[in-house]
Amino acid sequence: MTSGTGPRGRPGAGRGLPERGLLLLLVLVLLEGSVVFPLGAASSPDVDPRGHSEDRAVAEESQNYSKKAFPVLSLDYHHIHVPFEIALWVLLASLMKLGFHLIPRLSSIVPESCLLIVVGLLVGGFIKLAGEKVPPVLDSQSFFLCLLPPIILDAGYFLPIRPFMENLGTILMFAVVGTLWNAFFVGGLLYAVCQIQPGNPSDLHNLELLPCLLFASIISAVDPVAVLAVFEEIHINELLHILVFGESLLNDAVTVVLYHLFEEYSGAGTVTILDGVLGVISFLVVALGGVLVGAIYGFLAAFTSRFTSHVRVIEPLFVFVYSYMAYLSAEMFHLSGIMALIACGAVMRPYVEANISHKSHTTIKYFLKMWSSVSETLIFIFLGVATVDGPHSWNWTFVTVTVLLCLVSRVIGVIGLTFVINKFRIVKLTTKDQFIVAYGGLRGAIAFSLGFLLEEKHFPMRDMFLTAIITVIFFTVFVQGMTIKPLVELLAVKKKQEAKRTINEEIHTQFLDHLLTGIEDICGHYGHHHWKDKLNRINKKYVKKCLIADERGREPQLIAFYHKMEMKQAIELVESGGGFKPPSALPSTVSMQNIQPKKPAAAKPVQRALPQLPKGREEEIRTILRSNLQRTRQRLRSYNRHTLVADPYEEGFSDFIIKKQKIIELEKKIIHMNNLTLPAAPPDSPTLCRARLASGTETDFKPAQQQKGKQSSPDPQAYRPKRDSVPTIQVDLASPQSPDSVNLMDEFRANGSRREEEEDQGLTMRPRGEDGRREQLTRCLSDPGPSADEDEDEPFLP
Amino acid sequence: MLRPRALRTGCVDLGPRGCQRVPCAWCARVGDRASRTGRAGGAAAAAAAAMGASQTRPEHRHQDLADRTGFSLEQIKNLHKRFQQLSGDEDTISKENLESIPTLANNPIRKQIIGAFFDKRNQHRGEAGSCDQIGFEQFLMVMSHFRPPTLKMTAEEKEAMRREKLRFLFNMHDTDNDGTITLVEYRKVVEELLSKSGSIGQEAAEAIADAAMLEVASTNVPTMGPDDFYEGITFEHFEQILKGLEMESRMHIRFLDVDTTTMRCGKSTS
Repeated sequence: MTSGTGPRGRPGAGRGLPERGLLLLLVLVLLEGSVVFPLGAASSPDVDPRGHSEDRAVAEESQNYSKKAFPVLSLDYHHIHVPFEIALWVLLASLMKLGFHLIPRLSSIVPESCLLIVVGLLVGGFIKLAGEKVPPVLDSQSFFLCLLPPIILDAGYFLPIRPFMENLGTILMFAVVGTLWNAFFVGGLLYAVCQIQPGNPSDLHNLELLPCLLFASIISAVDPVAVLAVFEEIHINELLHILVFGESLLNDAVTVVLYHLFEEYSGAGTVTILDGVLGVISFLVVALGGVLVGAIYGFLAAFTSRFTSHVRVIEPLFVFVYSYMAYLSAEMFHLSGIMALIACGAVMRPYVEANISHKSHTTIKYFLKMWSSVSETLIFIFLGVATVDGPHSWNWTFVTVTVLLCLVSRVIGVIGLTFVINKFRIVKLTTKDQFIVAYGGLRGAIAFSLGFLLEEKHFPMRDMFLTAIITVIFFTVFVQGMTIKPLVELLAVKKKQEAKRTINEEIHTQFLDHLLTGIEDICGHYGHHHWKDKLNRINKKYVKKCLIADERGREPQLIAFYHKMEMKQAIELVESGGGFKPPSALPSTVSMQNIQPKKPAAAKPVQRALPQLPKGREEEIRTILRSNLQRTRQRLRSYNRHTLVADPYEEGFSDFIIKKQKIIELEKKIIHMNNLTLPAAPPDSPTLCRARLASGTETDFKPAQQQKGKQSSPDPQAYRPKRDSVPTIQVDLASPQSPDSVNLMDEFRANGSRREEEEDQGLTMRPRGEDGRREQLTRCLSDPGPSADEDEDEPFLP
Repeated sequence: MLRPRALRTGCVDLGPRGCQRVPCAWCARVGDRASRTGRAGGAAAAAAAAMGASQTRPEHRHQDLADRTGFSLEQIKNLHKRFQQLSGDEDTISKENLESIPTLANNPIRKQIIGAFFDKRNQHRGEAGSCDQIGFEQFLMVMSHFRPPTLKMTAEEKEAMRREKLRFLFNMHDTDNDGTITLVEYRKVVEELLSKSGSIGQEAAEAIADAAMLEVASTNVPTMGPDDFYEGITFEHFEQILKGLEMESRMHIRFLDVDTTTMRCGKSTS
């Protein structure tokens, strides 16, 4: 029992109370599981128990009828046992994940996947100790239909298209040729080893070539789940990541075909040339068919999302359902479901994202991440459980030879293929890259599930196969997975750049695309830049028109990027609550006076840098601002938990937030740039002091304006008088010379000051210390805009 | 899956001498050459002279060009074919020739691309301004900025190549050759980039250029005095902001290397 908490218990000993509480909870969960599993496990094959329980229920019913009084409380576990157990597993998985992240030291040394397998082993062992049959948790049905799709969809939807397409040739080479090589090399040599074993009367001699090849084709494919789990933690550079990960995704088609081929032929016993040809054709059908099915569903999803603007709540659902349909449809024809999912996600994403609301996008993102991480956790735990459960037949020769051959064939395959690929590649793969690609070839649960699918009667060695598969998986996940991180650091392999993409980089990426296309055109041959350009143009001209509803979604990539960046900045600003709090003793007046006389000079860069909003847009902002100010109060009253995005102002308002934040950001930057006297001033101080100045609570110079500001403030809804008062507060350091921006910013200032007045009122009503007031004040001021609005119910209490 | 052989790049067979030249060294050499062929006579005359020479001894001439631009002989042959096709068998090429390329018509930055071919700064002559006609040699010079890096290059050579490529881009932006990209120039760049997207593009271009400029200023000169004025992006700043783009490996195209691909490949594998 307590052994179940072993891996977490040891490092967690002597921790804080909450962690201990969590451990206790885990123990409880396991305890509960222990009570529950025997019951459920006893009836593990799903079909029998139901009949069983029904019988019993009927019997009970008849009994009830005659004798008993109406039962006030009755226990009917069988009624709920399947969903209950599923929920329990998910809960266990989630709690495990939670537990690991509470122990930072552990997760930095051992990859999560290893820990999860250990947990699975312990849980499985525990169930076995309880003398019950371990449920076949990782059976192929649940694995391929429930656990795998979320992970693959997550990968496909967020696939970095650009590096993927740029390296498609290499990826395909590794995925197709590499996997074929692995399968035949391992299978062939394994067969040879089985045959030459001298004088050993083991049953290895009975092993024929085809089962060997089948086994090899199962074991040779790199597993996306394992690769994702490990590579996400080592933060390797984009190229290597996409090479290994792309390979693991695309080799699915090869695995599917090889698996079905060999399974088929193992039954028949002979292979002809024709079968080989059919195999090749079948590979093309499986791969391209999968992609086609995925693309069709992807376009359907994109087209559907075009019309969802009135029912925003179900938008995310379309993405999930269409993708799942794509997966199932592909599986139905034995096409590559993984490729269908990848294609579906990749195809639909740009269009869907342009159509759906921002909130839906966030929902999709979080749902996908949540599902995939839970699935991944479950898969690794189940792998451990299944290991304990599985009927093993350990054959030293077979297992060691398999592990060795897997390693050798991977290394030879990668080196050989890179040698060929490097002839075609512009950016060559270095020796280090090759090493990481070879070393990152992890095997995982897909192989196990495929092995599990084998039928006992066709393959008498199934148990030995499963044992060997599990060994290889454990070897790669534990040994390679644990050592790859130190090795990456040791070899100084280039890491992923964490820095965000800047607008300059985006501009030049675009510029470069066009430039290279142009140069190719001048050279007179059509390279891939030319075709890419052509594709982009078709996409823009026809496809986007069909699939994207609103005009804004069709804006060029650069502008879209710019808007996205603004949005991100705005959100960051809002989420951070306006950045860190500036120290209270700010020599704000000094810096301002410093800057003020030099305004004409200082204004120059300011003017240059500030985006000049066109008149129309400014007017638009102003109206939004006005309506918004009134609305903040209304929204409080009319809050309804059933309306998610029913707000008609929603879109406009978010627009407004962006614009406003942009101005604030820019201003901040400029001031920061110009700020000589306050080199260490935190980024938010300018906003703060400006707001202070505007409200007149802090500044002691220009008292007249202070007065004026106070006078105008009592009525927060009054708009005009405030505006009039504002130009007198022109002392502001950042007020630019362009009249447009002045007006705009004055408004914001007015807004800020008004908020503050409101805040003051609210505070006088609430009894609070001076310190609390101070803090509230700075907090409110440091983000005078929508961030205050975000938690509107707090500072705006009437 | 893999590219057909015909599209193969010639990087394996560029040979050791290919790209391993530090640009300033060969700037000097090219400048030398230019003065020999008669700088005063204008680019057209120089080009004509060069072409005249090339027509008398094409092999030798091509070898010479290969030495200086890092292209292989086959690539030069192919490019020469294209050059003649574009110029209509003339010795020089004019802006009109390039503008008439049909596939180029849709390119939003067509003007800048064509301008770059006639920009003397890109021809390693150490002079500024633009010319009306360029010869094959100048054509090759411009094209040589788009050669891919090779596996054998050392870190310094890569760095030199990166600078060279960045300089080319920088020159495309810095139209008045004053060493900085001013806001006006940068706005122009973004405007051109978005010129195919109608009125939204026009409006957004300025805002984007401004934001980009501000970003450059704030990353490079984090603290500025109140009197300071950010003049524009210098080359150093330009390098700084595009550090993440790995220009040396991205700014390249595949030059056709049809004729002897197979033979050379066999050689390099053996």
